[in-house]
Amino acid sequence: MNKLLSGNEAIALGAYYAGIGVATAYPGTPSTEILEALASYEDIYVEWSTNEKVALEVGLGACYTGIRTLVSMKHVGLNVAANPFLAAATTGIDGGLVIVSADDPGIHSSQGEQDNRHYAKLAKVPVLEPTDSQSAYDLMPLAFEISEKFDTPVMLRTTTRVSHSKSVVNIMGKRHLFKKKPGFQRNVQKYVMLPVNARIRRPNIEERLVKLAEFAETFPFNTIEPGEKQLGIIASGIGYQYAREVFPKASFLKLGMTYPLPIKLLRSFAGSVKRILVVEELDPFLEESVKALGINVVGKEFIPRIGELNVDAVNAAAEKMGVLKKKTTLPAVNIPADLPKRPPLLCPGCPHASMFYVLASAGQRLKLPNAKVKESKESPLTITGDIGCYTLATYPPLNAMDTTACMGASIGQAIGMEKAGLKTKIAAVIGDSTFLHSGITPLIDAVYNQSKITVIILDNGTTAMTGHQEHPATGISAQGKKVGQVILEDLVRGLGISDVKVVDAFKIRELRAAVKDSLERPELSVIISRGPCAVRTPRGSDVSVIDSERCNKCDICLLIGCPAIQSDGEKLLIDSLMCMGEKCTVCQQICPRQAIKPSSQLKRGANE
Amino acid sequence: MNGFDKLTIRKYDLLITGVGGQGNILASDISGEVALEAGYDVKKTDTLGMAQRGGSVISHVRIGKKVFSPLIKDGEVDILLAFEKLEGVRWTNSLRPGAIVIMNNYAQPPLSVSLGVDRYPTDKEVTDIFKQRTDRIYLVDGTQAVTKLGNLRTLNIFMLGCLSQFLPFKVEAWEKSILEHLPERLHNINSAAFGLGRKEIKNVHVG
Repeated sequence: MNKLLSGNEAIALGAYYAGIGVATAYPGTPSTEILEALASYEDIYVEWSTNEKVALEVGLGACYTGIRTLVSMKHVGLNVAANPFLAAATTGIDGGLVIVSADDPGIHSSQGEQDNRHYAKLAKVPVLEPTDSQSAYDLMPLAFEISEKFDTPVMLRTTTRVSHSKSVVNIMGKRHLFKKKPGFQRNVQKYVMLPVNARIRRPNIEERLVKLAEFAETFPFNTIEPGEKQLGIIASGIGYQYAREVFPKASFLKLGMTYPLPIKLLRSFAGSVKRILVVEELDPFLEESVKALGINVVGKEFIPRIGELNVDAVNAAAEKMGVLKKKTTLPAVNIPADLPKRPPLLCPGCPHASMFYVLASAGQRLKLPNAKVKESKESPLTITGDIGCYTLATYPPLNAMDTTACMGASIGQAIGMEKAGLKTKIAAVIGDSTFLHSGITPLIDAVYNQSKITVIILDNGTTAMTGHQEHPATGISAQGKKVGQVILEDLVRGLGISDVKVVDAFKIRELRAAVKDSLERPELSVIISRGPCAVRTPRGSDVSVIDSERCNKCDICLLIGCPAIQSDGEKLLIDSLMCMGEKCTVCQQICPRQAIKPSSQLKRGANE
Repeated sequence: MNGFDKLTIRKYDLLITGVGGQGNILASDISGEVALEAGYDVKKTDTLGMAQRGGSVISHVRIGKKVFSPLIKDGEVDILLAFEKLEGVRWTNSLRPGAIVIMNNYAQPPLSVSLGVDRYPTDKEVTDIFKQRTDRIYLVDGTQAVTKLGNLRTLNIFMLGCLSQFLPFKVEAWEKSILEHLPERLHNINSAAFGLGRKEIKNVHVG
């Protein structure tokens, strides 16, 4: 049967058919949909783990019992999980262990770009790269077989365009069922990495690599596709697809396993063509290895190493190399440069917007873009930020975030600024899921080292940015079951923090009082601002309306950055189809002239 | 009507654009499935920013005998299906000369326009930009039609109705795929939206 599947759906289905019993992940673009797809199968155990490190450790334990296990994460997730990743490479596995690393060239939804094939090389484990959904599906059972045959974790590396594009998959077969019951064989030399044992494992890893390189020579996804001898292309991943379109007649060496490399196959291919171009997304990972063999190839001097590839980029490379004649390009359409952009925004009724409005106000940062006020002095409040939808509060009109580095960094950064002697007030802002992922240990650091910062946990009860996944504080599992629930305020109090305030995210007065009090206190303070994510909340019926007789167009309501509040330069209006109504009312609370009212009141007023 | 004909080329590169929340990803999924059903090779991909709502969303749907790249090459788009005017005109450079533009006559000003930093282009400016590449511009009153129908969220299906007139796929295949993606309580209203779209596009004059 042919079906249109995304790369992530194909990975999930392939893993399910390969007989996995356990799947773990922390959500992260572009990897999230793998675990979401697996969660629908009731005969396997699927969990959203607290973070990627935990996901991989749970995965490692599961595979030690002989059960095939899949662990998936985005590229930067593997930074978090690097410790167990290298540990897994040392101990090896029992049941097959496959780690999916979904890289994000072009930085569509990440804090940076990195080529995680380097991690495979660092850990000395094999890496497989699908080029589309069919190959992702086909590679999954092989990945588990390699893992078990060579006693190694296997990395399956995708990039955004493989994970997030749909292509046709011929779905054959069914779920492979193992008779094996989970059991753990005590083997301290393999599983207890005391230095004495780790030293024994160490040569195994090198021997394993040699055997894997030999295996790669005949691996069915490392294939030569013969064509004209003038030009040979070595390609992997989505780069193969772009190159196939640009060079329909060239000879190809398509690599499904990109570490370790099949040396004989590479030499034989090199001997059969005149000139070789390596097409791969991000770093010259293949190119450098092939050059180290003394094979003359070109690559990154023509193919961009930054961002996503596409047909245009490969085409431009071919023209620069002189292997394709320059086509006459269409004259570019004259589009005015000032066409307004449409960046993502905090949604109407977002529970985070109100807190940022209060913080921006406390930090004297609120300013309309065209307001004629003199250049504002330095803000008396520094706001370190974190990763989630709320990072969007960096933009005008809120201007309410000063740093974003990696998951959980806001709290440590705030401590560091304080300890370095920064004289402003300092607040760290972090979402609920991010706090659980990586915010707890730095908060312990704040307690221990007597930091005086204010930590604000924005609790919308979900992992919103990646599409509303559950987490430990929601008490719902990946498979929709009621499970254990971490109560954020209990957790924080349990660390020994006495000033913990829980506030309603939609009550401006409450937020203002809490922020003022916490910032003034000479001690560590935590504010949990709680309100449900607007995307998951049914819209209220009593939408906010602007009373045009009272409104003096001061534009203060625009400072929330709510997309429902619009201005055509002449008058302000609230889009009734976007407004969340009585579920929010933040604009009603901040209007200095009480000109924004629930529509029910305004109508009543008109009738009186 | 003038200038109304089915495409007679061997590949169909569709670009479906809009604002997050307008449902263009579902529209692109359905287009891909209908093409697969008709025996074509298909690849489709969406590019969207980091947040859930409100940003630009672009879907590439590539249909042909054999498709390699999921992203359409610049200047190769055969049909642009735009759910919002600014999100349509933004992609003019992606169009091949003479491409078909089906655009919902609807403007959603970005925040920067509300804040007075940017200006939303006038209808004339939008048309003038498109006309540098193509004269085949179909402006449809989709938002108006589905608001009258009673469910704004059927806009994507209305737009598919318009699109379906240009592609050599059976009406039944479209309807089947649409219903498969929606809960039963939404079947009638979406069938109606699809039918309205098919009708509306025939009443629209080019240009």
